[in-house]
Amino acid sequence: MHEYERTGILSTKDLKLPSKKQFEKGIAILECIQEIPCNPCVDSCPVKAISMKDINAPPINDFDKCIGCTKCVGICPGLAIFVVKIKDGKALITLPYEFLPVPKVGDNVKALDRTGNIKGKALVKKVLKIGKTMVITIEVDEKLAIDIRNIRVDA
Amino acid sequence: MILHSGVGSILRIKKHPIIDFKSQKKISFYFNNKKLDGFEGDTIASALHAAGVKILTTSLKYNRPRGFFCGIGKCSSCLIRVNDVPNVRTCIAPLMEDINVKMQNKLPDLPDAEFKCSAKQTIEVDILVVGAGPAGLCAAIEGAKQGAKMLLVDENQCVGGQLVKQTHKFFGSKNERAGTRGIEIAKELENELKEFEKSNKIKLMLDSTVIGYYEGDEKKQHKFGVVKRENYESKLYELNCKAVVFACGAMENMLLFPGNDLPGVYGAGAVQTLMNVYGVKPGERVIMIGAGNVGLIVSYQLLQAGIAVDRVVEAAPNIGGYHVHAAKLRRCGVPIQTSHSIKEVYGDEKVKGAVVVKLDQNWQPIKGSEEKVSCDTVCLAVGLTPSIRLLSQMGVYLEFITEAGGYVALHDNFMQTSVKGVYVAGDSSGIEEASTAMIEGKIAGLSAAILLGHKKNQNLLKQYVNELDQLRAGPFGEKPRIAKEKITKLMEKRHARI
Repeated sequence: MHEYERTGILSTKDLKLPSKKQFEKGIAILECIQEIPCNPCVDSCPVKAISMKDINAPPINDFDKCIGCTKCVGICPGLAIFVVKIKDGKALITLPYEFLPVPKVGDNVKALDRTGNIKGKALVKKVLKIGKTMVITIEVDEKLAIDIRNIRVDA
Repeated sequence: MILHSGVGSILRIKKHPIIDFKSQKKISFYFNNKKLDGFEGDTIASALHAAGVKILTTSLKYNRPRGFFCGIGKCSSCLIRVNDVPNVRTCIAPLMEDINVKMQNKLPDLPDAEFKCSAKQTIEVDILVVGAGPAGLCAAIEGAKQGAKMLLVDENQCVGGQLVKQTHKFFGSKNERAGTRGIEIAKELENELKEFEKSNKIKLMLDSTVIGYYEGDEKKQHKFGVVKRENYESKLYELNCKAVVFACGAMENMLLFPGNDLPGVYGAGAVQTLMNVYGVKPGERVIMIGAGNVGLIVSYQLLQAGIAVDRVVEAAPNIGGYHVHAAKLRRCGVPIQTSHSIKEVYGDEKVKGAVVVKLDQNWQPIKGSEEKVSCDTVCLAVGLTPSIRLLSQMGVYLEFITEAGGYVALHDNFMQTSVKGVYVAGDSSGIEEASTAMIEGKIAGLSAAILLGHKKNQNLLKQYVNELDQLRAGPFGEKPRIAKEKITKLMEKRHARI
């Protein structure tokens, strides 16, 4: 049994991560590693970077092809895709968000890791609406690029 | 018992990130002679819950307080007396102006008023579909597309079955409307249905129950009794059809522990209905029992409705649902405790808290590991049991298939049971996902139409069967795959014996 099957939390060991250079252009990290019958991310990718052997296979992102456009973030039914772009000591993280209140650009929000612990502050840089899912880009310290996967917005 | 106006109740969800709750007309009604308020669109149970009434009935022997459990009209834990009519299921009965709702004292009294029973009417159709959830809707639409005259019967006020509370985006491929939320799929299917209603290819009977199977007047004909409810009174219909598709869904399982009957212990699906359909919070703090997809998804939806989820407790050593659903909860700070179980629920008349206990490798409670957890709601997401009572009454071959969730009707790959012209689809043919239920519905509707002499569309049938196989090909499809293999094998065996 994998540890994440007991805890519900992925570690960096479970994920294939891009190189430093690839991170600079912005890369979609697909935190979907089980064989589940689902494939909308493949159709959503404008550069055909995301592929799947069959509908049950976990999606694979070709980091060389991925342009970090964030289209897949709002499409993934499992809310499991995050786009990370690292530049000048800061990380821009684009994540799906389905709670109220919805933050505005320029707001300071709490940055949470995969266990929901507050790891620092995040500055909201972009807010998009894809259907009812908000796709939010935050800026955090570069050190937090791999850990931050959620935000908390105080009412 | 604290009673307050159900309209301005703190339990009413005002804002929601996914659902637009439209403001409805206020409705007044009487509960045990006290005037309360609810909204148009409420059921009696949702209006009572919002008004702070959690106790709906008492147990027969010990007078223990009982609330609702399944929330979808499948169990008997919310029966109440409305306008002198006993045993009304409050969870599916619509709230109406000035109705007189009274708790039943143990067993119901016979109604004082004259029992109204109008002369029965007869309906003739080609194919009857029982249940208008994802499977039933798809069966009716598919049959109508082939040219058969369809009748779709459902117990609820609207079509969609359990889709109407699924606010999350569905998985699958384009064919299964992946990426679309269940609530939107329900609307899409309803719109398709309306087109066929306009052209008289499908007749829809809501708020109606198929109560039993009777001997047909002619060969190749099935006769059913259908009761349609109007203003809490019933009207009887005789229904003759050449084929029937049972898409009756499933019921949530109960778990054994002291206090499991206290108001506040609900099925996870019941809570999902209450908050996502009627906009009423079950409580303020919830413990979820079961980390399968239902437990994980409903926990996330509780958070979206502004309700605290203390933890998810799972007896197995691993999380049963998809990791992506678990991850969504975890990053909101909700702990998932695997190898843990619920020992008991405590409180007088309503839930005050629960005792959670750690389990050893043999799933036995570890002494001294008990932890008291304060909460006002306990949700049980511990599996479902297929609804098969009508099939059982008809005498189709049933078998207990663990992987299917209990007793199911044996059926072949084209969803026909051991009785010719009788089909099953969806959860009542074995517990699975809504996406597979929709395909099974299409197969059943198409097969039934072919039996009746409509165009033998083998390619389409093959395409649907392939789609099903694909969805079940992965590790999460293993259980239904085994279930269906057992079911079709047993079916072949029974046929060989005859």
